[in-house]
Amino acid sequence: MKQVLPILAVMLLSASAAMTLAADDNCLTCHQSFEDETAGPSHIIVRDVHYQRGISCADCHGGSATLEDMEEVRREKSYRGVPGALDVPLFCARCHSDAAYMHEHNPGLPVDQLEKYKTSVHGHLLLEKKDPHVATCTSCHGVHDIGSAKLPHSKTYPLNIPQTCGTCHADEAHMAPYGIPTDQVEAYAQSVHGQALLERKDLGAPACNDCHGNHGAAPPGVASLSAVCGTCHALEADLFVSSPHKAAFEANDYPMCETCHSNHRIVRPLDAWIGTAEPALCVNCHGDADGTRGFETARGISKAIADLAAAHGQAETALEEAVTKGMMTTDEEFRLKEVDQNLIQTRTLVHAFNMDSVSGKAEEGLQKARQVQQNSARLVDEYYFRRKGLGLATLGITILVVGLYLMIKRLG
Amino acid sequence: MASDTQINAKNKKAAYHWIDERFKVAALVDYMEHKSVPLHEHWVLYYLGGIALFLFVVQVLTGILLLMYYRPGADTAYESVKFIVSDVSFGWLIRSLHSWSANLMILAVFLHMFSVYFTYAYRKPRELTWLTGMGLLGLALLFGFSGYLLPWNELSFFATRVGTGMAGAIPVIGDDLLVIMRGGEEVTGATIGRFFGLHVAILPGVFTVLLTLHLLFVQRQGMSEPLDWTLKPTAEKRYMKFFPQFILRDMLVWLIVLNILAILAVMFPDGVGVVHWHLGTKADPFAPPPPVIRPEWYFMFAFQALKLLPSHVWFLEGELFGILAFTVGGLVWALVPFLERKSATGQRSRLFLLYGLFVVAFIVLMTMFGYVLE
Repeated sequence: MKQVLPILAVMLLSASAAMTLAADDNCLTCHQSFEDETAGPSHIIVRDVHYQRGISCADCHGGSATLEDMEEVRREKSYRGVPGALDVPLFCARCHSDAAYMHEHNPGLPVDQLEKYKTSVHGHLLLEKKDPHVATCTSCHGVHDIGSAKLPHSKTYPLNIPQTCGTCHADEAHMAPYGIPTDQVEAYAQSVHGQALLERKDLGAPACNDCHGNHGAAPPGVASLSAVCGTCHALEADLFVSSPHKAAFEANDYPMCETCHSNHRIVRPLDAWIGTAEPALCVNCHGDADGTRGFETARGISKAIADLAAAHGQAETALEEAVTKGMMTTDEEFRLKEVDQNLIQTRTLVHAFNMDSVSGKAEEGLQKARQVQQNSARLVDEYYFRRKGLGLATLGITILVVGLYLMIKRLG
Repeated sequence: MASDTQINAKNKKAAYHWIDERFKVAALVDYMEHKSVPLHEHWVLYYLGGIALFLFVVQVLTGILLLMYYRPGADTAYESVKFIVSDVSFGWLIRSLHSWSANLMILAVFLHMFSVYFTYAYRKPRELTWLTGMGLLGLALLFGFSGYLLPWNELSFFATRVGTGMAGAIPVIGDDLLVIMRGGEEVTGATIGRFFGLHVAILPGVFTVLLTLHLLFVQRQGMSEPLDWTLKPTAEKRYMKFFPQFILRDMLVWLIVLNILAILAVMFPDGVGVVHWHLGTKADPFAPPPPVIRPEWYFMFAFQALKLLPSHVWFLEGELFGILAFTVGGLVWALVPFLERKSATGQRSRLFLLYGLFVVAFIVLMTMFGYVLE
């Protein structure tokens, strides 16, 4: 519903704008008479953000909207017609790189798209190699129905970005000449990021452009990977940078995060990834006899996390029993949340690959977990104590009732 | 030589004489000896008043114990109740007994009132007993309303906001009444202070005076006899002595109620079903209200009726119309001994019987409707 309302609002605004503009725009008057009503440019343009801001056909294609004959329009000096694929970036940049013009129409929008595009892989191939098949402005933004990235129907709306990029990048035939894989969108959809964005509709989750950039789109290299992931996962990135792995990864040319977490198909990490037995990732580099402390550290970290996770589970079970018995467990529930927090912090500290900091945090959580377990057990004991007390009290009162009854009977 | 029995009897007589010489109790003892309770097919209804009285005593005792740890105030109320139920020895039991006995007392008071109404026991010469009883019912409801806010948890906060908001809809005095009740425009720590003062000082004081009067009237006038006894020959009327026969039976019932109370308090320390007082989270005036805000079960019929009213009834706002209707209905109910005169002559009043049935049906249906709709 949240997505439908803005669309309806835009459609209503568009319809009213279209009625006003179309009345004195001869381009639309003519083109609408013969173009397909559902897909024809002169019809779908009512949804276009430019059209809604008063920019019409002639502003992009040149010519004059007041002329009635198409031949006369073509003879106009300003007539630019339909740009070829190689000309699209400059065609759009005529306005979008003009700071004064943009200030007049949409001051909040940057004017460096073309400059960024030139640095992108797409821009390099189009502008230098003259490859007409790479993405230009219209490939991602559409042509006559360009919408703001804030609108759910827009091709650049976060939820639609994987599909927009996938139009080319998931097309085997299209990608064949470039020799790059086409499973990125599928892999992304299965990743934690993809599930957050596409299934839970969490607009804060990263889409393709958050890691690769948009106008300056490029695959992040080994050097910039830490900056890309660290934008959101700052703590993990900081810990890693200060860890002994930083120098080792650089020496071996291993990408920082991708080595363990992969790239597009990033799944929820498992505790078992760290350690010395399958499916631990540490053993990919560290062996029992490699002469470094890595193997022992991995074993120690794995044990610390496993112990804390197990203690958390036991505390949770013990607390659940006390809750089920209707005891007052608010304090223990809070304490268990602290254990939960300790477990998260311990798992995060793994990125420092430092046994002392991991075991210190894990010990903190273990103590709290033990406390939850002990207090929950005490509450369960208290529950049974109450039942026994009730039994005794009820028995005492019942004896009194019977005694009184007998007395009443004796009195008549 | 005198036997032990003779010595005991002699000592008792001497002690009685000693007391009587000073306090003149002979007339009172004589009165008590002759006091009797009518025996008829509905005589068990006489226990209801005693049950309500017993539960009130439990309320007072458990209330005093809670008072030792409870700290009124927005920063201390919730914490102190939490402390009582989790750290104070048997604190959970005291709070549970207090809450269960409060609910059972109101139930007993309602049943007592309807039994009196439908047996015409309010008729002349017991008009003032009825009126003091009505006053006690009103005070019991006020006890419930003021006590509900004291734990200062999420539900009590929002329910009090709705409840006091309804009082604000009363014409002329509504706005002032709302400010007086809340101690300001909003429900705040100042409201707890007022409700606390009302709950532990003002209401117990007034209640005790009214209860004393009510009991005095009952003792002085005796239990009401059934309406059809008016024409019954005296020889066919059966009675039971108040002392010790009836009072022992009363005590037996109290013990049974105490047993039920103990079982409920231990098995369901946070209440059960729609009757619950789970502490939950602390009140936060800036938090969104919970999805379901509902009053205590004994206010549900009024709450639901006001909710069902349209925004306007004739020229009046719906809520205002509802409050006026309840005021008029309540007044008719309270003044029934003065409005209904047929029973004073031994005749049944069909009109007031129908009115009573309508009130019972209204309360039961609206209460059920309120919970079913949720």
